[in-house]
Amino acid sequence: MIRDAFDAVRVRKNFPALNQKIYGKPLVYLDNAATTQKPKSVIDALEQYYSSENANIHRGIYYLSQQATNAYEGVRARVRQFLNARSSEEIIFVRGATEGINLVAQSYGRTYVKEGDEIVVSVMEHHSNIVPWQMLCDEAGARLRVIPINDEGEILTGEYENLLNERTKLVSIAHVSNVIGTLNPVKEMVEKAHGRGIPVLVDGAQAVPHLKVDVQDLDCDFLVFSGHKMFGPTGVGVLYGKSELLEKMPPYQGGGDMISSVTFEKTVYNKIPYKFEAGTPHIAGVIGLGRAIDYLNEIGMEEIAAYEEELLRVATEALGRVPGLRLIGTARKKSAIVSFVLKEVHPHDIGTILDRQGVAIRAGHHCAMPLMQRFGVPATARASFAFYNTKEDVDALCRALGKVREVFK
Amino acid sequence: MSELEELYQEVIIDHSKSPRNFHALKEANRHAEGYNPLCGDHFKVALRVEGDVIQEIGFEGTGCAISKASASMMTGSVKGKTVTEAKALFEEFRNLFAGESIQKANVERLGKLAAFAGVREYPVRVKCATLAWHTLKAGLEGEGQTVSTELPSTEWEAG
Repeated sequence: MIRDAFDAVRVRKNFPALNQKIYGKPLVYLDNAATTQKPKSVIDALEQYYSSENANIHRGIYYLSQQATNAYEGVRARVRQFLNARSSEEIIFVRGATEGINLVAQSYGRTYVKEGDEIVVSVMEHHSNIVPWQMLCDEAGARLRVIPINDEGEILTGEYENLLNERTKLVSIAHVSNVIGTLNPVKEMVEKAHGRGIPVLVDGAQAVPHLKVDVQDLDCDFLVFSGHKMFGPTGVGVLYGKSELLEKMPPYQGGGDMISSVTFEKTVYNKIPYKFEAGTPHIAGVIGLGRAIDYLNEIGMEEIAAYEEELLRVATEALGRVPGLRLIGTARKKSAIVSFVLKEVHPHDIGTILDRQGVAIRAGHHCAMPLMQRFGVPATARASFAFYNTKEDVDALCRALGKVREVFK
Repeated sequence: MSELEELYQEVIIDHSKSPRNFHALKEANRHAEGYNPLCGDHFKVALRVEGDVIQEIGFEGTGCAISKASASMMTGSVKGKTVTEAKALFEEFRNLFAGESIQKANVERLGKLAAFAGVREYPVRVKCATLAWHTLKAGLEGEGQTVSTELPSTEWEAG
């Protein structure tokens, strides 16, 4: 079986940052929902680009510029393939998922959302999928509607359907929750919204690095993700949009590269995707992202998803045996993100004590304060896994939690 | 002692589990609120100041062990002190986390509060230790103020 052949220990060797000690203890990196470590091939790609390939794209008539343009556009084609989009023109490079959402809010939203209209999000959204819509609503006089969840952290689909009406202009929903790992039924949600002619944006920041995401299968209208959460560089991400929507949307920012011609009387905008890529982009970042996608393709997203599912099972069982520990978010369908609280110990103290054992987790509200309020906790501790984590990492986490108990005895 | 034991001294664990003066104050004439939006810590400090003397002090809220123990021990330390003495004690407390090394005189003047010296080794936790103190200072300087660790208006320690 191929699944058994997956060798996390071997894969770890590709990630230089994982091979270090923190306070004399081997690093156990469990903050992958915040950002992931980078394989050597991605680091090398950045160095190689700046050492011997650096030139600006799309404008140069010399060799280096053409090479850089080819490399940059080559990644666009690979992202298309990775997401199974119909066309490369539907792939827009942005700074990250946050900028992708802001682009849609400012361009699509300001054009089509009017006074009295509604935008639907869920209670488990990251602030980046709340605040851009609030800003839009404030400006347009529109209203943000919130899909509730059950105590396990699952979308209440009946409530969702009830929220959709003739005033709804957009649904924007996380594919996977960054706090509790819930895998939302986005395909079904898209279908329901489309039944009423409502477009859907999927925040894929926590999904694209961990499972096979097919935008044609989901039939979502927009999807965003960040490069740095999928083993690529920071400062680069992708907005996927259906071409028919992108065509009728106005530009997000003005500048070079996004125009066909400029006079002081009139500017003609470039075609998609360039219309949305004003200024010199993060060329090195895009090339690094391309290398990260190559790396993921070599392992295989199905392999990654299957291995992480097994890690989640092991982690959930092991944490369930820790005295006084309560899991926050126990959805039936989950990605490998585990949030928890410990009786009488604040997550911040858990984070500090774990850190001294070399175990890096996140403690806080995880940029999802409404979700904290929903579960009635000020903060949680969160361990989030990637394919380079092992069952030994789970053991180290549990041992470190034993230390917390010792300190707070 | 390991650095962790230095940080989580017995007296700190004790105050975090059983905070003193952990209640609202009916006859209070000064109030302030303090937030650390990054970790969700949130305390309200209420005082009854008569003349120049802090007669009563109480606090409410949630936070980590360090912030809660610090708030609890702070209330014990400033009760009965003048406003000027309380502010001076805060300066003394902040000095515990500043400079190259801990000064002996500093530790002597702080008494029990010197238990927080271990926080020096955890720069990101200094804000936890000083949150209640910043809130107290805001309450002493004006009624109904709110302070936040993430606003530039207050001089927060590096972290």
